[in-house]
Amino acid sequence: MKKVMQTSEFYVAIVVLALFLVIGSQSSAFFTITNLFDLIRSGIVPGIFVMCAMLVIISGGIDVSFPAIATFSMFCSTKILHSMHYDGPVLVAFLLSGLIGLCLGLINAVFISLFRLPTLIVTLGTSSMFSGFLLTFVGSSQISDLPKPLLTFSKEQIFKFTNDSGITVGLPVAVLVSLGVIVLVALLLRYTMMGRGIYALGGDAVSAQRIGFSPIRIQFFIYGFVGLMAGVAGMIHTTMMRNSNPVDLLGTELLIIAAVVLGGTRITGGHGTVLGSLLGLLLVITIQNSLILLGIPSYWQRFVIGALILIGTGVAAYQVKRSIMKRKSIVS
Amino acid sequence: MTNPNGNSPEPITPISRSSFSLQRYLPQDASITRLFIIMLVVFVLMAGISPNTFLSLDSFTSMSFQFPVFGIFAFAMMLSMISGGIDLSIVGIANLTSIIAASVMVRMLPAEASASESLLYILLGVAAALMVGLVCGLFNGFAITKIGIPPILVTLGTMQLFMGIAIIVTKGQAIVGLPELYTKIGNGSLWIFPVPLLMFCLCILGTYVLLNKQSYGMKLQMLGANPTASFFSGVNNTRVLLTTYAISGVLAAIAGLVIVAQTNSAKADYGTSYILQAILVAVMGGVDPRGGFGKVAGIVMAVLTLQFLSSGLNALHVGNFFKDFMWGIVLLLVMVINEWSNRRKVRSIS
Repeated sequence: MKKVMQTSEFYVAIVVLALFLVIGSQSSAFFTITNLFDLIRSGIVPGIFVMCAMLVIISGGIDVSFPAIATFSMFCSTKILHSMHYDGPVLVAFLLSGLIGLCLGLINAVFISLFRLPTLIVTLGTSSMFSGFLLTFVGSSQISDLPKPLLTFSKEQIFKFTNDSGITVGLPVAVLVSLGVIVLVALLLRYTMMGRGIYALGGDAVSAQRIGFSPIRIQFFIYGFVGLMAGVAGMIHTTMMRNSNPVDLLGTELLIIAAVVLGGTRITGGHGTVLGSLLGLLLVITIQNSLILLGIPSYWQRFVIGALILIGTGVAAYQVKRSIMKRKSIVS
Repeated sequence: MTNPNGNSPEPITPISRSSFSLQRYLPQDASITRLFIIMLVVFVLMAGISPNTFLSLDSFTSMSFQFPVFGIFAFAMMLSMISGGIDLSIVGIANLTSIIAASVMVRMLPAEASASESLLYILLGVAAALMVGLVCGLFNGFAITKIGIPPILVTLGTMQLFMGIAIIVTKGQAIVGLPELYTKIGNGSLWIFPVPLLMFCLCILGTYVLLNKQSYGMKLQMLGANPTASFFSGVNNTRVLLTTYAISGVLAAIAGLVIVAQTNSAKADYGTSYILQAILVAVMGGVDPRGGFGKVAGIVMAVLTLQFLSSGLNALHVGNFFKDFMWGIVLLLVMVINEWSNRRKVRSIS
């Protein structure tokens, strides 16, 4: 029990719970199936993004290019399928988008692991490059008449409920894809050698190499995987919005990173859990969707999120600082 | 790349790292020469492509109204990068300060004010903006040094925070209708030199003096190269970092004041793409993103190069998105070239 209480997930969970209770006590609309499903629905695409950002941060880097990759791959693949009037299984659309994302992710990996450039600056550069290329050479106007398989996919729902006022609410099937990705990442980090390698690389790159991990291979895997996942997430976004808009997702990266960091993942690498990141995301989404239920005007959102980042990371950093000082006093 | 040394990860023990960055001084001077050549090549190229539009006095005047803003941002970014950190909140600070300045000038100024009265309020607005910039910067510095949050997270948070405050103050709307006198000064020229250009020159001078003529500059570079070593050689790391982020905040405030004059309005979410541009200019100008090195001359040349490139592309009527694409490619190319020449140098020494 004491061990549980020391984890940062515990504190995030308490904050989320408290926020839920406060909002719930102020507004009866909060604890309804409709609102719950709304929360989940708005977490489907960010859920995958959070996993991407978390993997990179655990490995000691930082990636701001995943929204650009997602946009690029979803728009390109929709455009390709649209121009050939595609009418086959929907899986192909996801594969295509994921494949494009994988290629873009590998471009990141080349700069980061072969040239050993700082990850933040590389991904800032590639993200500007990808979205610039997309909007100049591929197109800048949205595609609203999606290929038929994507449309049918977007209409399929699971967990259907009919609430009191007779409106049927359900979740898009895409929620299963997100769940799959989350489980996959959790298994990857917990049970595979690659997962151990990611933690080791983030903890200390030199020691990781000394004990036999190849940083280049791990980094290629991470950035490739992140690209692939971002591509899939982009496609999900397209099906959920029922159109493909090349500027939709851009600019969401900082909020996602904020969610990951709030969930206890250390920006210096080596620490972080799937559960924590999901809780962090839940916190951010709740603030975005439900702050208004508390009667707080929506223009306070940014302020609250900024304050949360500072407080959340501040508390963690302060604890680290104090424990270092404590250790020093024991040594001397 | 065939050299096994080239593949081993960078040693991170304090001793070897400090010697590593000492060696960096040599190739970086060569990179200033390289930058100068790149600047000339871009200039000649753009002049060759569209001699009539590019090589006119009008185009130079319009250029000298454009680059001061991102040039000043680049200086702010440079200082924090030399210290080994990064400041993502500069655009947030600039927007917040411009909103404060604009609200002082617009809301407090009586309708029937005389010229001297409006000048007073303008000075008041400018002072308030600089003050707010300083406070914002100090807040960043405080969170980094006293609480111990990594710079990238602090400034990520304060970027949202400052922008959030700006949105709360304005309720998301733009403040328009500044005193005529202010926009006149901001868009005017002293003889043939536009006022923004003069502000930029002042910032160049200020940063140059700080980095090269004051002990602060040496301390900053030592801190950036190796904080442990600088601490043990008697540098007050906390104070240097606080100063750095405070100056960065003031520079951002100056950029905000220039923006207000140029757009005749203040908005909470203006120009977020300046962050990328500032990082691009700083890295291109030879600032080491890992900390410890940066030269004012490099920044000035990088600013001019990008402005030539941008104006030249404008003359060719390409879109803004294509420029984004170009910025990304230029940033990556410059970093790869710098890294390669560094490695060659290190290898030839060892």
